[in-house]
Amino acid sequence: MSEENIQIIVKFIYLISAIIFVFGIKLLTKVRTARRGNNVAALGMLLAVVATLIGSNIINPWLIFFALLLGSVIGVSFSKFVKMTSMPELIAICNGVGGAASALVAMSYFLKNSIGFASSMNASLSMIIGSITFSGSLIAFAKLKGIITGRPIIFKGANLVNFLAVLIVIFLGYQTSLLGSGLMDPLSIKWSLIIIGFSLLLGVFLVNPIGGADMPVVVSLLNSYSGIAGAATGFAIGNVALIITGALIGASGIILTKIMCKAMNRSLANVLFGGFGAEVENNKGEKSEYKNIKSTSPDEVAMLFDGISSVIIVPGYGMAVAQAQHAIAELTDELEKKGIEVNFAIHPVAGRMPGHMNVLLAEANIDYDKLKDLDAINHEFKNTDLVYVIGANDVVNPSAAEDKGSPIYGMPILNVHEARTVIMIKRSLGAGFANIKNTLFEKDNCLMLFGDAKQVTEGVLKELKDL
Amino acid sequence: MDIFSIVTIFVLAIFVGVEIITKVPPTLHTPLMSGTNAISGITLLGGLALLASSDNLLTSIIGFLAVTLDTVNVVGGFAITDRILKMFKKR
Repeated sequence: MSEENIQIIVKFIYLISAIIFVFGIKLLTKVRTARRGNNVAALGMLLAVVATLIGSNIINPWLIFFALLLGSVIGVSFSKFVKMTSMPELIAICNGVGGAASALVAMSYFLKNSIGFASSMNASLSMIIGSITFSGSLIAFAKLKGIITGRPIIFKGANLVNFLAVLIVIFLGYQTSLLGSGLMDPLSIKWSLIIIGFSLLLGVFLVNPIGGADMPVVVSLLNSYSGIAGAATGFAIGNVALIITGALIGASGIILTKIMCKAMNRSLANVLFGGFGAEVENNKGEKSEYKNIKSTSPDEVAMLFDGISSVIIVPGYGMAVAQAQHAIAELTDELEKKGIEVNFAIHPVAGRMPGHMNVLLAEANIDYDKLKDLDAINHEFKNTDLVYVIGANDVVNPSAAEDKGSPIYGMPILNVHEARTVIMIKRSLGAGFANIKNTLFEKDNCLMLFGDAKQVTEGVLKELKDL
Repeated sequence: MDIFSIVTIFVLAIFVGVEIITKVPPTLHTPLMSGTNAISGITLLGGLALLASSDNLLTSIIGFLAVTLDTVNVVGGFAITDRILKMFKKR
């Protein structure tokens, strides 16, 4: 078959792969078909890979085979040996790694060929975005794992520095694009290393000032960046599959980011550059002085469950940290045995990833029909006997609705304070991510249950069974 | 391919992306993130083309690295997504 015909077939297969991806994501819109959607998308990827191999003149097939094998082994091992609660970190790393690969491919293309200005620009863009994605993802990983402090690290003029850094990178990109003489020209090598180096630094500078609990927004944004980087590489090397898929992923990441920002009622700019959660000068001793705190114990709580008809459980990141989801599942079973209706209220930014709580609760075998989102459940609180808040803090803080001076003012919250009784599980009265006072604790219907989320829940469970 | 066709395809792809992504329910947002993360490893195609035609040491090293990294991204991503989705079952 002629070279030209092979290329035409390859392009057609790329189109089919893109269509398969779209169908795969469509299947991901329903829980029932979601797993099949993932498999379908994987099939699309496989098809695209095979098409590429067919369409290329392979000089050293063993090299390719080993690279694919090594990558697959590492990828599968990662996915198997990582705990569900570390899922956000893993997604961050995988994304970063993909960004690095993107930058490498673009750099190699830039060095190898004699290309025009437009293609050079695309290659430079891809190197820049890929590098930012890589280093930014590494920082996100470190923050999520707790290696670096979760508190945003800000210093005066930080935003100005970042702004200048972006300008520098753009300038460098332009300079690099003017070259594009390829063929391993030492000047080209030097410039590509320069912009990659600077972009790596920029990635660190951009992500470092952002607090640990805002990482879901960052990971989502970086996810879209890797899609955009892919599209840019696609534009540079003229690969339609890359362009289409890059656009899909770029769009997906940006939409998720928008949804999360809306859920927190903070603009993206505020998340990225606002230093949210850092020590703010005007929050003097205020945060540690609580009045009217009523504390309770597991056996008292168990007795509160007697004779009631409805319970709503509000999970948060604390539940994930304490690995309390299985205890919660057992509690749910025990309550339902007593004829009590149990539902879960999942705030969109609870946890460290969108949908994080849902995944953990699904892992504990909780029926996904019980997992209600904010709009579905918020009006139910006033009809509910008891609310069990485990590991959530800012998302149930009435300050967001009542206190105009609060940093979280305007963020949609779960109206747990409208229920008859609220049990708030916390290790201590220490401040949460937003570093502010939670006025829920001072309300008359709120009882504090101090202790580790898993231990107190198991304590309540034991008392319930004994009743 | 001329620039207009390429840009047209790009823009249309964005529209399709927006349409289908907005229909994914919040419950499935985590697998959506890991799944689209896996798909973003499509840059693997670029790496493969590069490695295949590589004729000197430097591009071979870069290409090998790029293909390996991207494969980790793709395979790891799909595997994680599958693991997450396995857990969503009705009792």
